[in-house]
Amino acid sequence: MSSTTVAQQPVLEIKNLSVDYGYGPGSVRAVRDVSLTLHKGEVLGLAGESGSGKSTLAYGLTRLLPPPGVVRGGRVIYHPNNGDPYDVLSLDDRDLRAFRWAETSIVFQGAMNSLNPVHKVSTQMTDAIRAHDPGLSAEARQARARELLSMVGISEDRLEAYPHQLSGGMRQRVMIAMALALEPQVVIMDEPTTALDVVMQRQILGQLVELRERLGFSVLFITHDLSLLVEFSDRIAIMYGGRIIEEAKSADLYADSLHPYSDGLLHSFPALRGPRRELTGIPGSPPDLRNMPTGCSFHPRCPKAFEPCATEVPVLGTPVRLAAGNNGAAASTRSVACWLHEVRSH
Amino acid sequence: MAISTTEITARPDTTVDTTARPSRNHFRFVKNRKAAIGLTVVVIYTIFAIIGPWIAPYDPSARGHDLVQGPSAKHWFGTTHLGQDVFSQVLVGARSVMFVGFTSAAIAVILSIVLGVTAGYLGGWIEEVLSAISNVFLVLPGLLLIIIITSSIQNAGDWLVALVIGITSWAYGARVLRAQTLSLRQRDYVEAARASGEKTWRIIGFEILPNLTAVIASSFVGTVIFAVMTEITLNFIGIGGGAEWSWGTILFWAQSQQALDQGAWWWFVPAGLAIAILGTALSMLNFGIDEFVNPRLRGVSGKKIRTRGGSTRMRVGFTPVVREDETLSEIPSARSAPTINLATKGGER
Repeated sequence: MSSTTVAQQPVLEIKNLSVDYGYGPGSVRAVRDVSLTLHKGEVLGLAGESGSGKSTLAYGLTRLLPPPGVVRGGRVIYHPNNGDPYDVLSLDDRDLRAFRWAETSIVFQGAMNSLNPVHKVSTQMTDAIRAHDPGLSAEARQARARELLSMVGISEDRLEAYPHQLSGGMRQRVMIAMALALEPQVVIMDEPTTALDVVMQRQILGQLVELRERLGFSVLFITHDLSLLVEFSDRIAIMYGGRIIEEAKSADLYADSLHPYSDGLLHSFPALRGPRRELTGIPGSPPDLRNMPTGCSFHPRCPKAFEPCATEVPVLGTPVRLAAGNNGAAASTRSVACWLHEVRSH
Repeated sequence: MAISTTEITARPDTTVDTTARPSRNHFRFVKNRKAAIGLTVVVIYTIFAIIGPWIAPYDPSARGHDLVQGPSAKHWFGTTHLGQDVFSQVLVGARSVMFVGFTSAAIAVILSIVLGVTAGYLGGWIEEVLSAISNVFLVLPGLLLIIIITSSIQNAGDWLVALVIGITSWAYGARVLRAQTLSLRQRDYVEAARASGEKTWRIIGFEILPNLTAVIASSFVGTVIFAVMTEITLNFIGIGGGAEWSWGTILFWAQSQQALDQGAWWWFVPAGLAIAILGTALSMLNFGIDEFVNPRLRGVSGKKIRTRGGSTRMRVGFTPVVREDETLSEIPSARSAPTINLATKGGER
């Protein structure tokens, strides 16, 4: 799975991104100082509980967050295929419109309801292609739509169907096909399969991974289903209380999670193979963003909380223990924000 | 995992300052600028409608010696061809305009709720009958009917005019309410209420009516505007109700005495302006009610936020970026706009 991450060429760099809801003294800080890099051709999973800020992060970086969302700082550096990298947050309206869909597309939560019920699938698919490439002929657009549909495993004669004639899974796949219509480099998926049953989920994700290998786009995959990520993403970042608290290759995270919260998440679902382990879950509920605990925001729920946790915020960094050991290669790709692990900040 | 849930919730700092919240929501309706302006103007008009005849400096019908005089300290809005004080006329005239406007709107709205919601919710032959009735009223030429009725009755008072306007203008509101109720009736929460054996009046009053508040409020305000205009029209063509003075009456005299040709703008401008301002205020109130009742319209979209370096607007699809803590110079410029050429990108594949 991690075979594609050889080049490690960044395509989307999120640097110190902060997103608030509201502006001024009453604002709620939903995403705090998040840095994350998405590499070319990689599937980066973003996991966390409801309210941990993962969707806000995705909408913030694409500037799609509806009012009262405000991006309060940071940069989102996009590396186009050819040309110099630029900051998405500094784009003006026209450039931002052109950037969306063509460079970065997004599949929303419950995206299958985003289709207009009164238009045929073909109309809706070709519409986007026409908007971004007016020069293309009608036949070429149709051909492209057909190609896209077969890419996501829907038979081509479904092109003339109306959304209500398709099943939920097919509609979701149509949305994924539409997201890929302009061959974006980055596809952000915000819980795209949450509303589907596990069989459909698996089918769609399998197709996604296959398409990723064929077309070479990168995926930022947001979900609360960590088991899903462990299976098919290359790297996983765990969010809690608006911050990234651990980031590692999925295999490393699954084998040895450093942060007690990641550990709790991983022990919330059963493994199909391997030794039996006890399901524990995480006690308590996510923190109130208006009133965050001091220090590490997880400390009130943390089973391993000790003295500095309540007072000081741990910084995200490479764990020293692993770097010093024989596991050096793995350590360089992972980072954690926890007082249990001495880190070298980067 | 020794921490129990209760321990966590018991942490003192999790108790959000609940004392601050009610104050934030208490005057939310008035905080809406449109609603506040509209409400203020309507309240001022209402006050004048009540106290107008008492505070009027002159008897509006009393003749004076200054004929067709412009505004002066003695006559703020000037005088008419008989030397009557226009300011007093406008003040006194407010009462019948406001009374007819609000009374007939109240009558029309009550009728439209009763007939529209009943027709929409009950269905069957009741709906057929009620729809037929409202269709009949919809095609009745209201103004003509009012003219016929008021001119055939001697001494038709404001009450009668209001009643006639109310009875002839409910049909449109009833249709809208019926259509809304038809769609609301199918909603899951209404079905659930019915399935769990709620009484019909409770389903209508508790599940359906709150959803119709915006429609009802806007139809009320719309009917007020219509009724005000009708009342003024009636008086303008000289067959008004019992009140001697209304803004329509002022305009009637101004028109029949060729105020425009005489250059006596003060004769008709105050009354016309009063009508225009009332109409605007009612419309603003309408928008305000819409936004207040429908949380989706209430969004902060379009709201300006002030920052140190200027101000930006909240817009859907373009989240504002307010970077105050950083130096913007380090950021790569956005000049290298993304290329959106499918053909070239396809070639690289």
